Amino acid sequence: MSNTAYLQPDNRGHFGPYGGRYVAESLMPALLELEEAFREIVLGDPSFSKEMEKYLRYYVGRPTPLYYAQNLSDHIGGAKIYLKREDLAHTGAHKINNTIGQALLTKRMGKSKVIAETGAGQHGVATATAAALLGLECKIFMGVEDIKRQAPNVKRMELLGAEVIPVETGTGTLKDAMNEAMRHWVSTVRDTFYVIGSVAGPHPYPVMVREFQRVIGKEAKKQILEKEERLPDVLIACVGGGSNSMGLFYEFLSDPVEMIGVEAAGRGVKTGKHAATLGAGAIGVLHGSKSYVLQTDDGQILEAHSVSAGLDYPGVGPEHAYLKDIGRVRYVAVTDFEALDAFHTLSRQEGILPALESSHALAHAIKEAANRSADTIIIVNLSGRGDKDLEIVLQHLKGDGKDE
Amino acid sequence: MSEIGRKFEKLRNNKTEKALVGFVTAGDPDLEFSLEIVLTLARAGVDIIELGVPFSDPTADGPVIQRASMRSLRSGTTLRDVIQLARSVKKQTNIPLVLFSYYNPLFRFGAGKLYESLVDAGVDGILVVDLPPEEAHEFLVQWSGNEIDFIRLIAPTTPPERIEAIVRDASGFIYLISKTGVTGSKGLDYDEISSMVQSVKVYTNLPVCVGFGISEPEQVRKISAIADGIVIGSAFVRTIEKFGKSDELLEQLEKQVKAYKQAQHR
Repeated sequence: MSNTAYLQPDNRGHFGPYGGRYVAESLMPALLELEEAFREIVLGDPSFSKEMEKYLRYYVGRPTPLYYAQNLSDHIGGAKIYLKREDLAHTGAHKINNTIGQALLTKRMGKSKVIAETGAGQHGVATATAAALLGLECKIFMGVEDIKRQAPNVKRMELLGAEVIPVETGTGTLKDAMNEAMRHWVSTVRDTFYVIGSVAGPHPYPVMVREFQRVIGKEAKKQILEKEERLPDVLIACVGGGSNSMGLFYEFLSDPVEMIGVEAAGRGVKTGKHAATLGAGAIGVLHGSKSYVLQTDDGQILEAHSVSAGLDYPGVGPEHAYLKDIGRVRYVAVTDFEALDAFHTLSRQEGILPALESSHALAHAIKEAANRSADTIIIVNLSGRGDKDLEIVLQHLKGDGKDE
Repeated sequence: MSEIGRKFEKLRNNKTEKALVGFVTAGDPDLEFSLEIVLTLARAGVDIIELGVPFSDPTADGPVIQRASMRSLRSGTTLRDVIQLARSVKKQTNIPLVLFSYYNPLFRFGAGKLYESLVDAGVDGILVVDLPPEEAHEFLVQWSGNEIDFIRLIAPTTPPERIEAIVRDASGFIYLISKTGVTGSKGLDYDEISSMVQSVKVYTNLPVCVGFGISEPEQVRKISAIADGIVIGSAFVRTIEKFGKSDELLEQLEKQVKAYKQAQHR
């Protein structure tokens, strides 16, 4: 760990050997156009940042609080746990930071339609919200399995004026929704902006989504310095595609701060029914970028499994692959059962229902905190609220969901 | 000159002929029958065969080829099997063969080893759907020779300066995508296709074949008049899906090829 500047990706979107743009030629010109717009408008035009700040403050409700979870910390009896309350952002998750950014960029680029994929529905809701706010036509691709698991979010998207398109191919989850969104984008690329919800996909998406999500870490750093007058010791966040974790980690990459990304171990990594892409995957190319991928020896993509629809993805953002390889971030995995347990613990200790995705980060934080001294500071990214997951949690209360 | 190059030369010398390129997913419905299908297409008059490697997440393909990929994977087809199938085809006919694949299965296999295997099996060219020139170096740099043509895609959205860069390391022929969209989607604009063919020809002498969304003999006739060849994919795959493993399938495919070939001659 050093204070040398962290300068990833290169100008073609490579994080070491990862990232890049592995897409059909039909999409390449659109990606090049997007990259230029991102550089000139998002990074280069101060009026864009100003507009963005205005929306983040008055519409999204930023900065979100950094909350010292004293009950939880006392209950565990170890480190001090702070929660970065992204669950309090408008629409109930961090996803809105990114969708407002991409929707604003859509308008600046003169396009009138947006499409998005969604797993848990959080990114879909956030995209539908930004589209309603900015007057854009919106289509959301969602796997049929996820539509079942996350019914309230489907209704929310429809109420926001978006069209939800059920995806029946494959396993009907996030990966298939992304396939279908890419197919639709190929056909409509001239007037449509594809709002990708994670730090995945082809360049410039990983770097662009990181740019829109880094506000999480920026605020957290300022807030912890105000409260504790020092940097935290450990950052913990869940990793599906990896946007909330990248958002929290990025500002701290050059600081002496330990970072842990928590993947979904599903029914247990050994059962094969999991979504621990970094822990158990191999290098490959999926959805336009090179990273770790859950796949067969023959290069066919495998299904991921997790109780949390937002982590149920066989790929992961390329920057995480890079951070894993250079040893800057440690990646661990937490089972469905452990995540559900953490859900209940936080609900009872703090009166906060966390999203099942965030419950994975919490589950590991609880383990980690127990082994650390009382002067250790841990920040957990509470990336979303759990209301959308009530039905799943209640089902599991009836006895389903034990690890195999 | 490659087998593909020779084929186009032969067609050019025989002035009225344009190339009919036929795509099928290898292993659909299974490997054994795939061989019958390819040999039937070749006998009936297809000039070049594109052998599709099945992939679990074919994002550039429409529903017809997606289903073919799934059928093939369900029957257990691997990249090794597809190469073996190519070898079996080449033992019986000298038709130029192009491997058509998404990148991940090839990446897992290893580009260097793949090159050796393709040369050994007698494969003439390769087209990797999701490997644009920006990323192709890592793949091509592992090739130990240049016996395999590297077929390049150009799309309606590709601007002229990009066409120039794309054709630079292309060989065999240029695969021009007729329209923005996935394979098998409907609606063709002949004027636009014609002007796209012309703008590609500004930068290369390679033959230009047009694919995506061509299924009717009338479309074949019109596009063959403005390009060096046409690619039929979903239309063959749809026939395979409809008739399954049967002699009737082979008869139907033969009829289909003859209808396309006749349309090209007109």
